[in-house]
Amino acid sequence: MRRLINQQPGRPERLALGILPFVLLLGVYVIASQLRLAENPDDKLLPSLASMGERIHEYAFVEDERSGRYLLWSDTAASLKRIGTALAISATAALLLALAIGVIPRVRALLSPLLSTVAMIPPLAVLPILFIVLGLEEAAKIALIVIGVLPCVARDLSLRVAELPQEQLVKAQTLGASTWQLALRVVLPQTLPRLIDALRLSMGSAWLFLIAAEAIASTEGLGYRIFLVRRYLAMDVILPYVVWITLLAVLSDWLLRRLRAHAFSWAEPER
Amino acid sequence: MATVSVRNVWKRYGAQVVLENLRLEVADHEFVTIVGASGCGKSTFLRLLLGTEQPSSGTILIDGQPIRPEPDPARGIVFQRYSLFPHLTAIGNLVLGLEMKRSRLLGRLFGARRQAALREAGQMLEAVGLAAARDRYPAQLSGGMQQRLSIAQAVICGPKILLLDEPFGALDPGITADMHELIRRLWSEHRMTVFMVSHDIRESFQLGTRLLTFDKLRHDAQAPEAYGAGITYDIPLGRPRHYAGA
Repeated sequence: MRRLINQQPGRPERLALGILPFVLLLGVYVIASQLRLAENPDDKLLPSLASMGERIHEYAFVEDERSGRYLLWSDTAASLKRIGTALAISATAALLLALAIGVIPRVRALLSPLLSTVAMIPPLAVLPILFIVLGLEEAAKIALIVIGVLPCVARDLSLRVAELPQEQLVKAQTLGASTWQLALRVVLPQTLPRLIDALRLSMGSAWLFLIAAEAIASTEGLGYRIFLVRRYLAMDVILPYVVWITLLAVLSDWLLRRLRAHAFSWAEPER
Repeated sequence: MATVSVRNVWKRYGAQVVLENLRLEVADHEFVTIVGASGCGKSTFLRLLLGTEQPSSGTILIDGQPIRPEPDPARGIVFQRYSLFPHLTAIGNLVLGLEMKRSRLLGRLFGARRQAALREAGQMLEAVGLAAARDRYPAQLSGGMQQRLSIAQAVICGPKILLLDEPFGALDPGITADMHELIRRLWSEHRMTVFMVSHDIRESFQLGTRLLTFDKLRHDAQAPEAYGAGITYDIPLGRPRHYAGA
């Protein structure tokens, strides 16, 4: 018998093992739900899969009487627009900041302490300020996500730039690179794969800030809906929404990973 | 054309003297090899020539002009490792220097000018025996191939002076003979003045036209940092016969 550390599962076994916990969790839920519903058919805490299916149908495929919209899709569109805009702003700004900080020592001396301090501000503590200054509309929500995500991404990227071997930067100069060319042709392309990694890692907090902002002041969005129906203990809506948000997050993570593998094959670890 | 004059150069780090009153005249197209124990200042000397460090006092002249206090295209460098760009293919690594020279704003060439640069880089790639590895990334090349590429990358930009910092130190002994042949050939074809730091004395005698040894000139057991290193031997080698035809 070989040691456990040397026993590699084959591909089908890996797949089966990966799915197993999901199936188990689902099974536990279904049983617990049935037990509770058998005792009290009006129980709201653990709704049956069937009643959740009904709700999903209602939210996704039946026009809402009051707004004339399909709620799941309009909520999803609103949330994705917010988080997408915020991540695009964060990524662009973080990249520019990190390049300037990483390449130019004077800019590093100027901005690096500020960045480290700003990264420590708890974003949710700033939320009231954002609502007061920017109003309750989209700008405040996007700003919250940006404040939560940008400093961390920028810091991570500037560390990556600092990790570039000094030899490379010297070599580039002996090939005639100006500061601008060095940033553009040597540093930037090597920072992009790390930007994708940093975005993947900050996806969790981006969703956190999005849902927090939507819960407090919004008229649509996935987070808004969850906190709205909470008043009626509508677990049959909340649970599918949580699953849906998770799916969206997993999907965007997968897309970013594919993008990295496709666009930056040189940065993939050797297999 | 590149003569190098080193005039009374000192290098100190605080109280520690690394190089002591270095004086040296190097003629055009010389191949200077530098050996010495580790920590005796030979790499410091190379960094002074490169411009990443400045002398504490004294001056270094290239063709009678003071050297720029930062790296520039007049002085090419090959490090022991890490001097290739991992995000560019072999041909990309070679074309980069041409692109940055010919397109100041974008550092990229397009159309016919790019084709011309690619042809030039392709010829250089062939000259160093890497034509088959044209589209591979540095991580996919062996150590010897990486150093060939790194040398080609430095030479394609036409430096007057080529600095080699233990370029073959991390390679298998079996392939260094090929590398020696390559560097001698490029040296004579491109008429560069070469400085090579090496820890391999045999290699230094074989390759160079002039060999310098660096060591401490004086020694104080109570304060080992008080005196710096200088050139202890300066041996003219002429052109080794077995490379004469190369």
